[in-house]
Amino acid sequence: MCNVCGCNITPSNEHLVVASGKHGHTEDGLAAVTVLESLLSENDHQAAHNREHFGRNGVLALNLMSSPGAGKTSLLEATIAALGDELQIAVIEGDLETENDAERIRAQGVPAVQITTGSACHLDAHMVGDALHRIDLSEVDILFIENVGNLVCPATFDLGQHHNIALLSVPEGDDKPAKYPVMFRAADLVLLTKSDLLPYLTEFSPTRAERHLRRLAMEVPFLSVTTREKSGIGSWVDWLQAAVQDLRLQSATGETQSPAVQSRDADLHGLEADQGHTRHHRPHAHGG
Amino acid sequence: MHEFSVCLALLDQVQSIAREHGATEVERILLRVGPLSGVEPPLLMSAYPLAAAGTIAESAVLEIEDAPLRVQCSRCGAETPAEPNRLICGRCGSFGTQVISGEEMLLASLELRVPDTDEAG
Repeated sequence: MCNVCGCNITPSNEHLVVASGKHGHTEDGLAAVTVLESLLSENDHQAAHNREHFGRNGVLALNLMSSPGAGKTSLLEATIAALGDELQIAVIEGDLETENDAERIRAQGVPAVQITTGSACHLDAHMVGDALHRIDLSEVDILFIENVGNLVCPATFDLGQHHNIALLSVPEGDDKPAKYPVMFRAADLVLLTKSDLLPYLTEFSPTRAERHLRRLAMEVPFLSVTTREKSGIGSWVDWLQAAVQDLRLQSATGETQSPAVQSRDADLHGLEADQGHTRHHRPHAHGG
Repeated sequence: MHEFSVCLALLDQVQSIAREHGATEVERILLRVGPLSGVEPPLLMSAYPLAAAGTIAESAVLEIEDAPLRVQCSRCGAETPAEPNRLICGRCGSFGTQVISGEEMLLASLELRVPDTDEAG
């Protein structure tokens, strides 16, 4: 689909289209240009490049998002312990300051690149694109991107990943999906972490947390995990292995996986996912 | 959230389109923003003049159309209004809905002042 021939116009945005055509004129002689592009199309364009890079190398790219302290790094450590012999893992860490998380991952024998954002509260596609220059993806099966701990901002920025995983930990309270709808609607999988604390935090109801999630019209899996018990991440490991398999099958047929939020975004804007490339095909004035 | 950096990204797009059309000025910018987009229209409106200062769009009028939050139900087919954290079908209560409006942050259209360089006839 492209901007030039008008085939990205949908019932929800057709009223925004200039009546006399994509590049008509207003009554006072101004050139009116229909655009219909996401405000984040530049980031999306870089994200599409990152996604292609992952595709060429057969890498499953996963974006982990949560509040600070919900257990993203601990989950990665446990995941490496469970799967490190079977699958090649690499990690991009995002924090405002310190290399602490990347060092924890390297201590597990896995390559990790730390992005320190300074004051930026989320990772974006350009930061991830730069970090990818420091990783040899040719031998990697899964790249985990551990986003900055933040339940607000990271949800909006496509990094080029295949799936988004949102973590919610027991101490945070079971109404977080209701409080942070944009984040939880961006998830392809929601993990309830620190489930070993449920006996001590009896006010937390996993059923209620899941109901808040479902009320966001989210039918994604909601899995309980704990890194404090030997088989505490079994359901997560199963999901990962299935995701790796699915990616391999899709690569064989030439499809590209994007998080569901990106596909919904593209539908709303009347665009294909990865539309970022067609921004080069601009409507151009045809005179007069 | 990040309304200023979203405005900067918006202005990059606007300036790029203006250049392609040989425009000397951007007169009007129309956005369509929904409640689940992650940006707030009032914050965009206040960030915009700062971001646009010194650019071809600095005196442009920024208009933001609020996209209502509406869902379509895959079980009963109804299209109903919704709230950011209550997106189930308004008619049958199903979780199996699609948001058809309200998640977008869209640069819809521009009005540009383009010098008239065509000969008549």
